[in-house]
Amino acid sequence: MNSSLLFNVTTVAYFAAMVVFIVYLTSANKSVGFVATLICWVGFIANTGAIGMRWVEAYAMGYEQAPLSNLYESVVFFSWSILLIYLIFDLKYKQRAIGAFVIPFAFGGMIWAQWSLDATIAPLVPALQSNWLTYHVITCFIGYAAFALACGVSIMYLIKVGKEERSAKDSPIGGILGMFPSSKVLDDLNYKAIMIGFPMLTLGIITGAAWANYAWGTYWSWDPKETWSLIVWFIYAAFLHARFTRGWVGRRVAWLSIFGFAATIFCYLGVNLVLSGLHSYGG
Amino acid sequence: MDKEKHFTDELWDFFCSLKLAIITLILLATTSIIGTVIEQNKSPQEYMQNYGMSESTYKALDTLQFFDMYHSYWFLSLMGIFAVNLICCSIKRLPRIIKIVREPTLVADDNLFRTFSNKGEVVAEGTIESVRDKVVALLGSKFAAPVVTEQDGKVYLFSQKGALSRFGVYVTHTSILVIFLGAMIGNIWGFKAYINIVEGKSVDAVWPRAGQTPIPLGFEVRCDNFEVTFYEGGGRPKDFTSDLVVLENGKEILKKTIEVNDPLSYKGLTFYQSSYGPTGDPVYSFRVKNRETGETVTVKGAQGKRLALPGGTALTPLGYAESYQNFGPAAQVKIGTGAPFIVMKNYPQFDEKRGGAYSVSLLEATQSYYTGLQVAKDPGVWVVWLGCLLMVLGSCGAFFLSHRRIWVSIEQLDKGIGVKFGGNAHRNQPGFVLYFDELTKDFNDTLSS
Repeated sequence: MNSSLLFNVTTVAYFAAMVVFIVYLTSANKSVGFVATLICWVGFIANTGAIGMRWVEAYAMGYEQAPLSNLYESVVFFSWSILLIYLIFDLKYKQRAIGAFVIPFAFGGMIWAQWSLDATIAPLVPALQSNWLTYHVITCFIGYAAFALACGVSIMYLIKVGKEERSAKDSPIGGILGMFPSSKVLDDLNYKAIMIGFPMLTLGIITGAAWANYAWGTYWSWDPKETWSLIVWFIYAAFLHARFTRGWVGRRVAWLSIFGFAATIFCYLGVNLVLSGLHSYGG
Repeated sequence: MDKEKHFTDELWDFFCSLKLAIITLILLATTSIIGTVIEQNKSPQEYMQNYGMSESTYKALDTLQFFDMYHSYWFLSLMGIFAVNLICCSIKRLPRIIKIVREPTLVADDNLFRTFSNKGEVVAEGTIESVRDKVVALLGSKFAAPVVTEQDGKVYLFSQKGALSRFGVYVTHTSILVIFLGAMIGNIWGFKAYINIVEGKSVDAVWPRAGQTPIPLGFEVRCDNFEVTFYEGGGRPKDFTSDLVVLENGKEILKKTIEVNDPLSYKGLTFYQSSYGPTGDPVYSFRVKNRETGETVTVKGAQGKRLALPGGTALTPLGYAESYQNFGPAAQVKIGTGAPFIVMKNYPQFDEKRGGAYSVSLLEATQSYYTGLQVAKDPGVWVVWLGCLLMVLGSCGAFFLSHRRIWVSIEQLDKGIGVKFGGNAHRNQPGFVLYFDELTKDFNDTLSS
């Protein structure tokens, strides 16, 4: 058994969970939803094990580094983080249907990593050899994962709220949309996810600034990655204030959450793939 | 006069409004993109070449300060509006929050009870005093010790938890202002500079990033030794280190080996390992074997020099690589006027295969390096960290805690002692509903028995 086998198990499990969640939405069968969640757990455990084994494998090769050293490792960690946040939300709020809109992000990450990213374990360049790397990456990715969940929930909100407005007040909505939580619950879940993501992103930016100051002598240099993380921060700060402002509650807030996640993805991947800067080695 | 007051009021409301906050945040987010797409602080030639800009486009963008946008007047103004907005909001809302926390409503009349979505009623046996004591004990153990007020023959209890979390938002807002302050201190009294020190040499001044005149340090920094190591079987640098010594009036004060991610600090200045490079020509030593006679000699000398070999000819070292195609240190040499060839330190037998009158192996090559250091002075950095700490604490208060309050009134009714209780939370309502259901059970259990 090695990490790449476990990563394959993870990918298959996330794919299966995604499919079973969609079946759950169409069949409205509670035990199908339970099976989907169970598969999520299997995938999550495999994902955890795979990351752990990769850590051991790197040490065996003589590289004392956490498995967060390149794009491949960060993408599989991103998928892991999404599952972590999703499963916490599932345990706490028991809204099975959102799995259909959240797990695809995790599956997308895994399949991309498995198909087209370089999985070789390579040593870290000197600039990344620091414990700050671990704190910085973990806080950022928990934040990103919470934003992924918020985005999935916001998409559901936008689909659901239109239907709710069109249908008569007292006639219940049937079909797939009937399986969605009410728009009120979705709006609340969106807020709850961002309440986790925003402080985590803040911590991620602060640990990044502390590390930059320690390693380069400047805590902020407006490098594209830093700037994009600030852009994401601004968007979610706007979100948090918009929730208390008449005229912004509802659809606009859901759109802010979706834009926020789009900016997050650009901050995470776009900056490295499209722009250049200090983080370009990080992948 | 009346009209003027109206205008200032409107201005004040404008700067206090949440709408302004949202719009400023969105504007900051969108305009910030510009500087990530257009590389900042390059020369006019680079912009015109790399982005294919015409001169008029360049001039237009330059007028808009797009080439140093994070320090442009319009971006800093936007930040300024953001700061003023934060200050105004706090000034407007803080007094009310302080009042809520410091002067809570202790007596809950029927009007207040009507506003609660979480409330309950119990009729208990006994006297007002005995019921009061039971409720005080219950709240004390399950929630927080209440304040007791007796008024018009009725007893009122009030208890609260997490009142300080009301300030979380304001601590977070203040923290942003503190970070701004720290950044300003750094900009005014700090600098960023760089310096290259050749091994064995020392410097007493550094070159600022923007500016032509060196900044004197007031002390000397010497680099005793620089070393770079590579990952096995590859040209990727594993680590580079400089042995630095701080000297004052010729006396050694401080010694430290610095590396990437581990700088040296002295008198508010920090020296960071950032780059390195070779300086001067390397000095080599070779072992040369005459294939015919088997005679072996060792020759030493600098690059480009003709190192005489027995037999009249000479070996000339031409170049050096610290890591040659993953094979480690290598030198390029020629013998006499022959063609250049490569010898490698880690493979002394390699040259045997070449043929020719001599076989050469590289024993040692000493390359002098300079170490490239970044030098930073930032007296505002501690203010920034203080701001960050406040932001983390404030966010925790603002996001994860809530101010929960419980009011109770106890009065004599015909059928017994009437106990009304109710409460609210300023955040996380669903969590409070669950909590209040538990509390209702406790009230019923304690008072109905």
